[in-house]
Amino acid sequence: MSFFTSLLNATPGAVAQGLVWGIMALGVYLTYRIMHIADLTVDGSIATGGAVCVMLIRAGINPVVAMLVTLAVGALAGLITALLHTKCGIPDILAGILTQLSLYSINLRIMGGKANQTISVDKYNLLVSQRFVRAFDFSNPIPLLLLLIAITIGAMYWFFGTEKGCSIRATGTNPNMARAQGINTQNDIIIGLMISNALVAFAGGLLAQYQGASDINMGRGAIVIGLAAVIIGEGVFKKVFKNFALKLLGVVFGAIIYYLVLQVTLQLGLNTNDLKLISAAIVALFLAIPYWSKKGAKGALNA
Amino acid sequence: MLSIRNISKTFNAGTVNERKAIDNLSLELNEGDFVTVIGGNGAGKSTLLNLIAGVYMVDKGKIFADRIDITRLPEYKRASFLGRVFQDPKMGTSPDMLIEENLALASRRGQRRTLRWGITELEREKYRETLKSLNLGLEDRLTTKVGLLSGGQRQALTLLMSVLKKPKVLLLDEHTAALDPKTAAKVLEISEKVVKENNLTTMMVTHNMKDAITYGNRLIMMNSGHIVVDISGEDKKHLTVKDLMDLFSSASGSEMTNDAMLLS
Repeated sequence: MSFFTSLLNATPGAVAQGLVWGIMALGVYLTYRIMHIADLTVDGSIATGGAVCVMLIRAGINPVVAMLVTLAVGALAGLITALLHTKCGIPDILAGILTQLSLYSINLRIMGGKANQTISVDKYNLLVSQRFVRAFDFSNPIPLLLLLIAITIGAMYWFFGTEKGCSIRATGTNPNMARAQGINTQNDIIIGLMISNALVAFAGGLLAQYQGASDINMGRGAIVIGLAAVIIGEGVFKKVFKNFALKLLGVVFGAIIYYLVLQVTLQLGLNTNDLKLISAAIVALFLAIPYWSKKGAKGALNA
Repeated sequence: MLSIRNISKTFNAGTVNERKAIDNLSLELNEGDFVTVIGGNGAGKSTLLNLIAGVYMVDKGKIFADRIDITRLPEYKRASFLGRVFQDPKMGTSPDMLIEENLALASRRGQRRTLRWGITELEREKYRETLKSLNLGLEDRLTTKVGLLSGGQRQALTLLMSVLKKPKVLLLDEHTAALDPKTAAKVLEISEKVVKENNLTTMMVTHNMKDAITYGNRLIMMNSGHIVVDISGEDKKHLTVKDLMDLFSSASGSEMTNDAMLLS
């Protein structure tokens, strides 16, 4: 019985974390699924979002304003990767790695040379906090997170239906065709990477508030969690979610499922040190399955 | 309409793989010209079209479209002058997007992409009408993903997309070569119809000598990056495949050996 009670106790936390990572996963969906780029910047930009948010709040800035700044800082990180890729001819994956690596130093500088910085919910008026995740009032982070998810999905649904959004989708699926139809594909890649990393950094800001600290390593393997959410969400809801907005919702569900499964495995006594290995193995497996089922007709990465 | 002056293009310059694809080539296209382009493999036909489209930049020379110098314009900016259909049916459309979305993208060629809705109800009606004229049953499948269409359907759609916004020049790069003969004939038929209806200045690269003779008002033959034969008007009308082969032999100083060109 104690297994189930403790699992039940852990569920709200897993849902809240899943929602925070859901926003991050929406950013990954944008690059990975819409633009067909595996953008590794996110491991750095999520930590940048956390660092900026925490340092601003500690400096007395309103958390809402701090979150708006994380959006801008994330966009800037995306811009760097995009410029390395489009204007310097560096392959997208490598461009992301370069930005990610440089962000490690930048994040340390943002955090005043420390590997982590805390913000206590007792001292600051945080938007979301782990402490109230089982509370039955408006201090509970889940309603606000749900609202943010709804806004994000709504905004993405609208944007990718506009002329500009459609041109970005065309750039992602067939850059040849896009150029032949007069689309500046380089600009579209820049815009896409900026929006994606803005979302990722925003999620980083939320995550830092939620756990009451930002950490230099909080982004390690973030891309894998984001991809896991995308892949689980698509795999589980493929049959029911056809509409674009619902597909995005599926990605958020994917993130929640990921954290619920994680919670269960932790309750079963799994060593937390093995988490990254298991996450990576799961993502590798889910990426390989469509490739195997097509008998290697198409590369799994861009299938 | 299109003026090409002394252009050259060498690939892999300075390496063992150096290849002079286009060598000091000049060509004037008048408004309404429908030029068919033939030549053996490696003659420079596709390279010529890609240089016009801006896929590659010329090493030397100038290109003018409608008296505007487009020599240094990037590919996406030249697109406002050009309609293009490629050899690979996959190249001209976005497979993940709907038929109507592909058409909507094409109808905005040369315009700024704004935050207005990507497709309007009015357009849908227009697209349905236009698709009807293709006679492929696509008018009832506006919300089908293009990736689900056959090669021929995709080529026909690409053709439609290339003229939805009337281009100054239409470039057809062996656009029927990847299709089965029956579908190829159908796509060619549609091509001619579209060109005539819109009075388009057109360049069509083909491997098929019969097609090169049947279609258009002018024929050019390329060899080693040069134009070796340029025939138009009455002379072209009376051409035969045999004539073409003889012309090729005398122009290039070798027998025609390319199987692909003999198929007709």
